[in-house]
Amino acid sequence: MAGTIAIKNGYVFDPLNEINGEIMDVYVRDGKVVKELTAAEMKTAKIIDASGMTVMPGGVDSHSHVAGAKVNAGRSMRPEDHYKANLQKTALTHSGSGYTVPSVYKQGYDYAAMGYTTVFEAAIPPFEALHTHEEMRATPLLDMGGYLILGNNFFLMRYLRDGDIEKAAAYVAWMMKTHKSYGIKCVNPAGVENWSWGKNIHSLDEANIHFEITPRETIKGLSEVNEVLGMPVPLHLHANNLGHPGCYEITKDSLQILDGIKPRQDMDVEWAETKMDPARDCSVYLAHMMFNSFAGTTWGDCESGVKEIADYINNKDHVVIDSGCTPFGEATVMTGDGPAIQDMYKLTGNKWSNTDVEMEGGSGVIPFTYLKSNPVHSLQWAMGLECLLLINDPWKTIMTTDSPNGGPFTKYPEVMAWIMSEAFRKQTFSECHKWANDRSELGGINRELSLYDLAVLTRANPARTIGMSHRKGSLGLGADGDITVYDINPQQLDPNNFEALLRAFRKAEYTVKDGEIVAVKGEIVSLPEKRTYYSEVHVEGEKEKEMLADVKEWFRYYTLGFANYPTPEKYLANPTPIQVNGER
Amino acid sequence: MTEGVFIHKKVDAEKGTGEMEEVTLIPIKEIDIKLEADLITPDSFAGKSAEEIGKLSIWQGPKTYPLSDFFEVIGSAGSSAAETLIRIKGDAMRVKRIGEGMSAGKIEIEGSAGMHVGSGMKGGEIVVNGDADSWAGMEMLGGLLHIKGNAVDHVGCAYRGKWHGMKGGRIVIEGSARHQLGGGMDGGEILVEGNVESFCGIRQNGGVIVVNGSALRGVGAEMAGGTIVIGGKIERFSPGFEYLSMENKVTLGEVELIGEFKKFTGDYAISKRAKGALYVSADANPDL
Repeated sequence: MAGTIAIKNGYVFDPLNEINGEIMDVYVRDGKVVKELTAAEMKTAKIIDASGMTVMPGGVDSHSHVAGAKVNAGRSMRPEDHYKANLQKTALTHSGSGYTVPSVYKQGYDYAAMGYTTVFEAAIPPFEALHTHEEMRATPLLDMGGYLILGNNFFLMRYLRDGDIEKAAAYVAWMMKTHKSYGIKCVNPAGVENWSWGKNIHSLDEANIHFEITPRETIKGLSEVNEVLGMPVPLHLHANNLGHPGCYEITKDSLQILDGIKPRQDMDVEWAETKMDPARDCSVYLAHMMFNSFAGTTWGDCESGVKEIADYINNKDHVVIDSGCTPFGEATVMTGDGPAIQDMYKLTGNKWSNTDVEMEGGSGVIPFTYLKSNPVHSLQWAMGLECLLLINDPWKTIMTTDSPNGGPFTKYPEVMAWIMSEAFRKQTFSECHKWANDRSELGGINRELSLYDLAVLTRANPARTIGMSHRKGSLGLGADGDITVYDINPQQLDPNNFEALLRAFRKAEYTVKDGEIVAVKGEIVSLPEKRTYYSEVHVEGEKEKEMLADVKEWFRYYTLGFANYPTPEKYLANPTPIQVNGER
Repeated sequence: MTEGVFIHKKVDAEKGTGEMEEVTLIPIKEIDIKLEADLITPDSFAGKSAEEIGKLSIWQGPKTYPLSDFFEVIGSAGSSAAETLIRIKGDAMRVKRIGEGMSAGKIEIEGSAGMHVGSGMKGGEIVVNGDADSWAGMEMLGGLLHIKGNAVDHVGCAYRGKWHGMKGGRIVIEGSARHQLGGGMDGGEILVEGNVESFCGIRQNGGVIVVNGSALRGVGAEMAGGTIVIGGKIERFSPGFEYLSMENKVTLGEVELIGEFKKFTGDYAISKRAKGALYVSADANPDL
């Protein structure tokens, strides 16, 4: 029977159910985790003997750039990223190429090879949603969804400036349905709009041109809308001043704006059984924290400001971060933060691109190489790991590289090994510039995360934070049968032997998706269907009508007709709407 | 016009210590879709008999075929790459990537070589008795690539989109080359007896390019470092260079050039910190 499997005798790590390395059997029937299989079912079920191995829920990446216009721009402007990284087709799998920005097929296989089964696209410009969905549909194996860029949206800036939260909420609800997207992403709030005029914004209370709205008002307003609607995800924030020395202050102040906001997640879904409360309890998701944590005033005197932000987060309970680690090597920086890309061009002289997304935002792409010999890059490596090690509660952190900004997702195994092994960190310290040690606190940290912590950072917490814990990130009854088996025996785990960890994380022994084995030791063996999640947000009909009248009036400024704006469901692979703020 | 300019060519690679075993490849049929022959290297032949070499599979378009479908294989390889000489008896203009990434040993091609010959080679020697198609010695790291005929575009260049080309080794072209010779070059040497066309040494960061003949235009465009010597006339001189001095001799490692040269630095069109050196024959370029 397809989707029915028994994984026997593994050491199970399932943090949402507080299972910490117990030897257990995991059963999946028709793609869902069940308590047991009948004797008859066991006869036809696939059976994996996981004795001496680590079993976790399938990996969940809550912030990765994997689909859409800027990702594709990254592919097409970098032929040099492809000619050495290519994948031969097989009877089952498609050919592919690309190292930092792989083609859609290759990235699906590469994620699955590492044990990941769910990936969320970090930034969808509404105007490019259709393109994004076409790429997500073509990405094999992964369950996906994405966040809509709304931090510099003409309609929202107008509503929020006028304090019309109801209409703003109606607009967001309509946009989520229209573009089949999942949550609110806010990039350089109010600042990208100024970039249309060659300017940026550098403080929270500076009003932008024409709309005269400040970052503080934008963040506050969007968060209010988010919680009024009961969105699955907290406000997904890429703070102002990203990538500038001294930016940690504005980052900390931005988090402070949302202190005291009551998280409200109103989803009509069937929840998998979990011991912990699976609902999100944070009001803000700070994306790629490392890039927002520089102290100092110039690149000459810059240092890590991670400690200051970590101290704040340790004392509060409303923030979850992802790290945005930089594991050295090639990367392609891509963001909705157009001015940040121009700053990087001025720094590096590399080829770059920038796009104004009509009335909705901006974006840019630039290739980047993180060098161990470079003082700032070495510092960034240390800062990324500090984000995960200085914040005490693993439930406040998520491991990412902001792929491919800090480095491609295929470098996750390195990051996992660094946070689990002080010996590995020490080795890297000895290879990179001394700023990594001198200007951060990483050298003094001897914390080594456990496999349980790792399961929090790469499964349970990303799923819980983005509202997917009703089916992802746990092995509770009713959860999706997405499971990773790593060739790691927790009883014999030796953090000093980081080479063994790297090997195990690079190629999962088994990756199981919906109860089907999809990858064995990194090799793809089956290609079951995938799903695309989006929020179907319900608001009062009258409000929506009023809001739509405004939208239609302003729509003449778009280069696209109103009727052609929405993304129809046919562009989604197995569209899976999540009912938000009321029942269907 | 280039009278008085003397180029000392060092075309002998480091001599191997031992004797070389020889493998001869004789083309046996017309090739339509070009072959991706990156396995024709001393490294992948080493330790193999003629039969084993013939069984190596080679890409042609979307399919692979045994090497023996295209070549008769005679002789056997030495036990290491350094002890292996591969002789291609005939024309290999439709065979791409010969000697790609090779680390030692020697390849001698009696006719012409297809695109990417010696690209990424790390050591050893390739001799092309005929012409070489585009991308010869692309991103080369070491060794010697000796082309007795003409070359086409992108000799010793970076791959498309990349900013760093050849890093080491030496390319000698007895004939002429065309566009973008030494593009993005970081190190090593390229010597051209004949002429080049556009953008020779574009975005060069290091290394030495010596062209005995003339150049069309764009010489050293966006170069940040390294040295270019043009022994003949530059048809259209790049605008971002500044005149520095007259020199009556240029010595670059083992290459010595005698004659009157105008020395320029640049290219300041993009970066004011550029450190490229461009020597141009004074006689051939009186108007500069």
